[in-house]
Amino acid sequence: MAITKKQSAELAKQVFEYAPAPEAIDHVHIAPSYGLFVGGKMVEPHSKKRFPTINPATEKKLAEVSEADAVDVDRAVKAAGRAFDSWSHLAPSKRARYLFRISRLLQERARELAVVETMDGGKPIKESRDVDIPLSAAHFFYYAGWADKLEWAFPNRKPRPLGVAGQVIPWNFPLLMLAWKIAPALAAGNTVVLKPAETTPLSAMVFAEICMQAELPPGVVNIVTGAGKTGSLLVEHPGVKKVAFTGSTEVGKLIQRALAGTGKKLTLELGGKAANIVFEDAPLDQAVEGIVNGIYFNQGHVCCAGSRLLVQESIAEPLMEKLKRRLSTLRLGDPLDKNTDIGAINSRAQLEKIQGLVESGIEEGAVLYQPECRLPERGFWFPPTLFTNVSQSYRIAREEIFGPVLSVLTFRTPAEAVEKANNTPYGLSAGVWTDKGSRILWMAERLRAGVVWANTFNRFDPTSPFGGYKESGFGREGGIHGLAAYLDLN
Amino acid sequence: MRGVRSVDEVGADERAASLAKRSIKKSSKLWALDLAVRCMDLTTLEGSDTPGKVAALCAKAIRPKPGDSTIPSVAAICVYPARVADAVEHLRGSNVRVASVATAFPSGQSFLSIKVAETEDTVRAGAHEIDMVIDRGAFLSGDYQRVYDEIVAVKEACGNAHLKVILETGELGTYDAVRRASILAMAAGADFIKTSTGKVQPAATLPVSLVMMEAIRDFVRETGRPVGFKAAGGIRTSKQAIAYLVLLYETLGSDWMTPERFRLGASTLLNDVLMQIDKERTGVYQSGDYFTID
Repeated sequence: MAITKKQSAELAKQVFEYAPAPEAIDHVHIAPSYGLFVGGKMVEPHSKKRFPTINPATEKKLAEVSEADAVDVDRAVKAAGRAFDSWSHLAPSKRARYLFRISRLLQERARELAVVETMDGGKPIKESRDVDIPLSAAHFFYYAGWADKLEWAFPNRKPRPLGVAGQVIPWNFPLLMLAWKIAPALAAGNTVVLKPAETTPLSAMVFAEICMQAELPPGVVNIVTGAGKTGSLLVEHPGVKKVAFTGSTEVGKLIQRALAGTGKKLTLELGGKAANIVFEDAPLDQAVEGIVNGIYFNQGHVCCAGSRLLVQESIAEPLMEKLKRRLSTLRLGDPLDKNTDIGAINSRAQLEKIQGLVESGIEEGAVLYQPECRLPERGFWFPPTLFTNVSQSYRIAREEIFGPVLSVLTFRTPAEAVEKANNTPYGLSAGVWTDKGSRILWMAERLRAGVVWANTFNRFDPTSPFGGYKESGFGREGGIHGLAAYLDLN
Repeated sequence: MRGVRSVDEVGADERAASLAKRSIKKSSKLWALDLAVRCMDLTTLEGSDTPGKVAALCAKAIRPKPGDSTIPSVAAICVYPARVADAVEHLRGSNVRVASVATAFPSGQSFLSIKVAETEDTVRAGAHEIDMVIDRGAFLSGDYQRVYDEIVAVKEACGNAHLKVILETGELGTYDAVRRASILAMAAGADFIKTSTGKVQPAATLPVSLVMMEAIRDFVRETGRPVGFKAAGGIRTSKQAIAYLVLLYETLGSDWMTPERFRLGASTLLNDVLMQIDKERTGVYQSGDYFTID
């Protein structure tokens, strides 16, 4: 024997606890206070009002940002309007050059942006580092390529830009959503006024610096910070010709109402309650990874999150056992630690919403499972959660929770899976796990969802259009489809 | 065997790649490096192996770093059957075990009678552990029964010696086949399943190891019998070794983090681990001249 039985038993008891591996933050400069990015420079807000943005993992204030009022929004839209004429008439290859430059600068400042994104939003550094920032740069890179090929993208259609685009983005992927909005708009020859979410404005402030660094002509990109009020001032401004919104279905409906009859073009990317469907012949260990990635990625703050797990009844038991075991290995804690899998909930309000829905699930009779998990004392945290014994009628099976909470339902046949998956007001995404290729196609034809992933989940690419059915919105972002939303093709 | 659950290749690769990004620092790094030494099968499998070479290897196995008693001995040394007696002699009094590759290593293309006889003779010469190869020819032609029967026969020939079954995953072609071979070997009585001989490229990889560990996890769930895992071939750096330990920890858990259930087969890994241990302790890298080259 290489070692004695006693030694072996002692060793087995030792847990391979990872020592802290925090990402360095000393290279990041966050200013104590930010103005608005209007007409190519940072300006003081007319409102004179500022509000704090905090780190949700520590509740400490990171900086103060401006709250744009009607005058500020008007100035920004006018700056964008002034810039539109020259920007839209600039040689398309030159527009492309600016976009390529922005893409390169995003890559050069990737570490800094990843840290800012993680500190301001609470997401794990491994996600901001490996997903948010590289994908943001990829979007600019992709749309830069289209800028001088619009006539090939839409043959015989004479594509023309629309004017000033008013864009309002959410807090779950701040920089990535900014890229989804700004890159196609600029490539198509529009100018933009963008409003980031009030809890996560900082990466947009770094982006403003990048616009200046790239010597982007003044007024082509304007960024106004603020809460819902600022957003409604922006989308309702008469100078805005096109509105793009990503966020809750509730606000999306308000915007659609406000814009009715104005002639403004509108795209909405709203909520979701995606079904992740696992058939009995699925590769189970990889399906477990897909389920985890589907709902616990970014603490479940993902509009296309696979928040409803539909499992074929014959494999429900082994799959649940594997899933529960896997949940116990998720590492929740300091978002800046490179080994963290689950970071902080974005805000207190969101945490309360999650808590409320989880309580409703317990009351309605679902069975709660949470792995043993120590939550940090300060900050906003919620452990990875799964509910079994869920019925279609429970709130946790119908409403978007936008947190790390999975509802598990079972089905018996493919037809039943389709029926249950489609039985929701939403229709943003779905996942299908099976070894059988023909069944993937059969399911994809019937699922009413903008994206159907097969044997994977939450996979994004700038070339691939993304958007919803039903209350998940309309219009597509990404790919050629994403360009069409920013062009007059008549 | 065709009913064994499938593996999604893209998903397995992604999971292995994401675990390889774990950042193991300071105390946990030292702990992992120490464990890597304790779980190492220090290996020499060359036609040119001599009693002298084996003697030197044994000395290194017992005391990896002369003058530093905090460095533990390795788990075992791994040699060809003809060198087992030399190893037994030089390891006498230590707790380093002797492992040997039997059954027409590395191809496995010989007669069952010869494989059984080779195993018996090797155990008689004093080997504590037998690393057998499966008959990939039979496996790939679909003759699973024959592969199974051979493992059962070799296991019987092992007596009290531990049996590690080498799947030679580099020749199996798909993760589905790797998973099938893993289940087959465990059902036939393997104490360990092992990735590779080290004579075929690709040898051990992280995703292949993940697939094998997941097969072990499912087998334990079904039968309650724990089976060990050995990664071998191409593991040369501490960073790689730590990646395997992370994979093991997050797939099979801390119960597997012991030489009784995990081994790293390697010929050149040890000195890099010693160098990294020194680096963690002192903060500086030492020249290769400070580590013995046996």
